[in-house]
Amino acid sequence: MRKILSGKEVKTIWEKLCREIAREIPLTNLAVVGIRSRGEYLAKRLQDFLSYKTKKNVPLGVLDITLYRDDLTQVAEQPVMKSTEIPFDVTGKKIVLVDDVIYTGRTIRAALDELIDFGRPAFIRLAVLIDRGGRELPIQPDFVGKFVEIEQEEVVEVKLSEVDKEEGAYIIRRR
Amino acid sequence: MKKWKRKHLISLRELNPEEIEFILETTHSFREILERPIPKVPTLRGRTVANLFFEPSTRTRMSFELAEKRLSADTVNFSPGSSSVLKGETLLDTVKNIEAMKTDAVVVRHSSPGIPYFLASRLLHSTIINAGDGAHEHPTQGLLDIFTMLERKKKIKGLKVAIVGDIRFSRVARSNIWGLTKLGGEVRVVAPPTLLPPNIEKLGVKVFHSLSEGIKDVDVLMVLRLQRERQKESFIPSVREYRKLYGITLDKLKWAKDDVLIMHPGPINRGVELDPEVADSPYSVILSQVTNGVAVRMAVFYLLLGGEGWE
Repeated sequence: MRKILSGKEVKTIWEKLCREIAREIPLTNLAVVGIRSRGEYLAKRLQDFLSYKTKKNVPLGVLDITLYRDDLTQVAEQPVMKSTEIPFDVTGKKIVLVDDVIYTGRTIRAALDELIDFGRPAFIRLAVLIDRGGRELPIQPDFVGKFVEIEQEEVVEVKLSEVDKEEGAYIIRRR
Repeated sequence: MKKWKRKHLISLRELNPEEIEFILETTHSFREILERPIPKVPTLRGRTVANLFFEPSTRTRMSFELAEKRLSADTVNFSPGSSSVLKGETLLDTVKNIEAMKTDAVVVRHSSPGIPYFLASRLLHSTIINAGDGAHEHPTQGLLDIFTMLERKKKIKGLKVAIVGDIRFSRVARSNIWGLTKLGGEVRVVAPPTLLPPNIEKLGVKVFHSLSEGIKDVDVLMVLRLQRERQKESFIPSVREYRKLYGITLDKLKWAKDDVLIMHPGPINRGVELDPEVADSPYSVILSQVTNGVAVRMAVFYLLLGGEGWE
């Protein structure tokens, strides 16, 4: 296990990304959607920033993509399902979709499919804390906090103060 | 508990409390899907479910079929009236032929208790879901009833539930008794002695023959249908007398708690076991039961069919 981002770095990189997002997208009719589980907390931080910036309450949603996975029949045990919560009308919204790490792109594919089943957004932009490469689908993030080149047997684990004891990003070698 | 290990759902008797709670938690997530603009998810795409109802059913059958469709499974339906059963085919042959068409799950309802066990032991790969077998069990009904109680009363532990009526012929009663007692609920059965099976108290329930005593201070009043089609002999002197002694009317509700929930698995014999004024009152959660039924069945399909399959 090796550390690639300290707690302070995670915080500042994400804050920088929030400012970049606020600069680059029109700040009307916004919504933020996080992918469970770590994406949810990064999305909350972005929502706080955008709400402060626009002086409006930007709606926040959470997606659990379990039911849209393309590998359900290949995983040995069913993942525990949590609720998806989209407490606003998706149609016409400018949505920033948030996850902690992008890898193959399959999670994002599932999230896009699920989100579009809720309505027809004006657009969806993708923001991730870490891009580790290795895409298997033609899906690219619009906003990236940090790129890392790592091997296939390695996984990136992001820890956030909202749910973990500490904050930081680690590379772990899979057995 | 974070892992689901079972291939079949045949009874609540065989489940442990953690497994029941796990299904109920999963149901909670599926309940949300039913409120979406497009209440459908692609989870079981490419999976096939056969619904085999050897007994009449409206609610359960439609509920299972909706649950299957909302998970994007393909469904095939069977009813004995229009099938080779009329030509003398045995049950096992019928089901084996259906399985040979590559189904992943078989939902079965049958008047003989134990049929789902029999099929589970004889079929090669299909998941079996019991949709009611004789007077044995109706596990998804038990689960949806418990889910509905949980939704309204927040916890099952210590909840006083009276099941009133035709317990003897009721698989719904048995599934509820198993499920509720495992979760720490206090279950009473209220019925004339002729409508109670022998030794019912061994399941951990209190037996009452008087309605006023049986439903005193209960949180939930589950009213069962008088199943006249199962009664080949006479178990009650008359329907009128039954209604007088055990039929739930508004004035009899005063014996229960003020915020009592009225439940009924349907179909209701209005004016027999349950008066229309009670069935349509604010106490009644009968239609919530039906809505929750779809979510419970989606959760069950997800847990039984979602993973890789079973050796």
